[in-house]
Amino acid sequence: MKQSLKNLPAWNADAHLNKTVKAMPPSGIRKFFDLVSEMEGAISLGVGEPDFVTPWHVREACIYSLESGNTHYTSNKGMPELRESICDQVHKDLKLDYDPGEEILITTGVSEAVDLAFRATLNPGDEAVVPEPCYVAYTPDIILAGGVPRTVPTKLADEFRVQPEEIASAITDKTRAMLLSYPNNPTGAIMTRADLEDLADVVVENDLLVISDEVYAKLSYSGSHTSFAQLEGMKERTLILNGLSKSHAMTGWRIGYALGDPALVGAMTKVHQYTMLCAPTMAQVAALEAMEKGDEEMLHMRHEYDLRRRMFVSGLNRIGMNCFEPRGAFYAFPSVQGTGLSSEEFAERLLKEQKVAVVPGNVFGPSGEGFLRCSYATSREELIEALDRMETFLGGL
Amino acid sequence: MNEILEILSENAKATPSEIAALLGRPEADVAREIRELEDAGVIRKYVTLINWEKLDQSFVFAVLELKVALQRKTGYDAVAERIARFSEVESVRLISGDHDLSITVKGKSMKDIAYFVAERIAPLEGVQSTCTHFILKSYKEHGVILIDKPKPTRLVVTP
Repeated sequence: MKQSLKNLPAWNADAHLNKTVKAMPPSGIRKFFDLVSEMEGAISLGVGEPDFVTPWHVREACIYSLESGNTHYTSNKGMPELRESICDQVHKDLKLDYDPGEEILITTGVSEAVDLAFRATLNPGDEAVVPEPCYVAYTPDIILAGGVPRTVPTKLADEFRVQPEEIASAITDKTRAMLLSYPNNPTGAIMTRADLEDLADVVVENDLLVISDEVYAKLSYSGSHTSFAQLEGMKERTLILNGLSKSHAMTGWRIGYALGDPALVGAMTKVHQYTMLCAPTMAQVAALEAMEKGDEEMLHMRHEYDLRRRMFVSGLNRIGMNCFEPRGAFYAFPSVQGTGLSSEEFAERLLKEQKVAVVPGNVFGPSGEGFLRCSYATSREELIEALDRMETFLGGL
Repeated sequence: MNEILEILSENAKATPSEIAALLGRPEADVAREIRELEDAGVIRKYVTLINWEKLDQSFVFAVLELKVALQRKTGYDAVAERIARFSEVESVRLISGDHDLSITVKGKSMKDIAYFVAERIAPLEGVQSTCTHFILKSYKEHGVILIDKPKPTRLVVTP
């Protein structure tokens, strides 16, 4: 060994970290995860995924495909059959036509699609408007892409629908994109066609790209979902991001997709091909089965969520937790404002005293303060028990 | 499908108040509708699905395929009704194919069932032949898988 390699200075991994990554706070959900994990007998309403297991016919199709040795890469864009199948479904659902060759990319979950969308469209310093409370990945993804997130609050008084004035007031000469995520995690809010139309003017005036995360679209409980892309003239400037995780109980498979203008999807595909290469083949096979033959089970699961939604939301209001009617996803977003506790205090005490885990609303952005995200993607029995425990907790405040 | 029946078919223990909450309907309405369904004979009975194999003192079940002579006027109904009256008989169905009736029989032992078939079913007028299949193991009953497997777990909190 060379003399210079003896007596090495201590290795400092920290000095090798990327500054942006280093500065990024860990997800606020982490702390809660640790707390709940240590608690035995806790009922968790903190899970952002279906409690259903992926329908058997989908799993079986995947197993058969593996047995047949279908283990190779697919095209970067994803299996042609899957792209065609999704485009057909989107045509039925939204009356929008996308070319399976150029206007769709299969991604590794919608999470990758969100990341790609920002990376492919933002230049350093470009701003993107993000209504909050929202899913925890959007603002970090924008920052990682070199962009600057501009969050705008949504309010209970508006049933957490984003208002055009709020968007307008956040816009600067650097604003390039607006994120939409309806049906919304964590609020369960939806935006109707009329609500979306109110936003179109501000989008066009400021020449924004709309990145629309519609992963909960199938879980809409009052009429079918409307996409911003369906509005007159808005298809070109909208990237639809969607996937099978929530609708078909396929979270662990990691299959999502992006639909949009060939230039946008092409740019995303470029990043995808150098990073992910392709979404996992076996998961794509399963997704194809789910797209082609999964409607019945999907509708069954949606129906079950809807039953639980009615029971749980009316139950929350009955025990004195004021909750507006969520019309999408599988979350209720009750207020804790009358209790004198912050979201975090409420959630922590509820967990410690009554062993019910919910996620404090502020984890999803400052305007989520004063609220709790309660997932009703859990069994009826657990929901009933959780309501009982919450009532006891409220009684002791 | 009737939403109340859908819920009750999955869980006979669901109370009118629980069903009302799930459907967002007044409890009194739900209770009345259930009574009407009971009175009309749509709801026949509230049963419990039991996995007998978990108990030491289990039961023996057999599926019987019967060939039955068609009778003038009554067809298969008269024989089927006679068979249905035996308390040992759990179900009686008219089926297509090689046989005419498929019945399930419950007994304490194979011998029990064998005697019951020989003494009660085979001699019935109109029954031409019987073929008894003892059930060795049941994997799924009434849409419920009876094999115990650990439940897949989810992370306790996810965004």
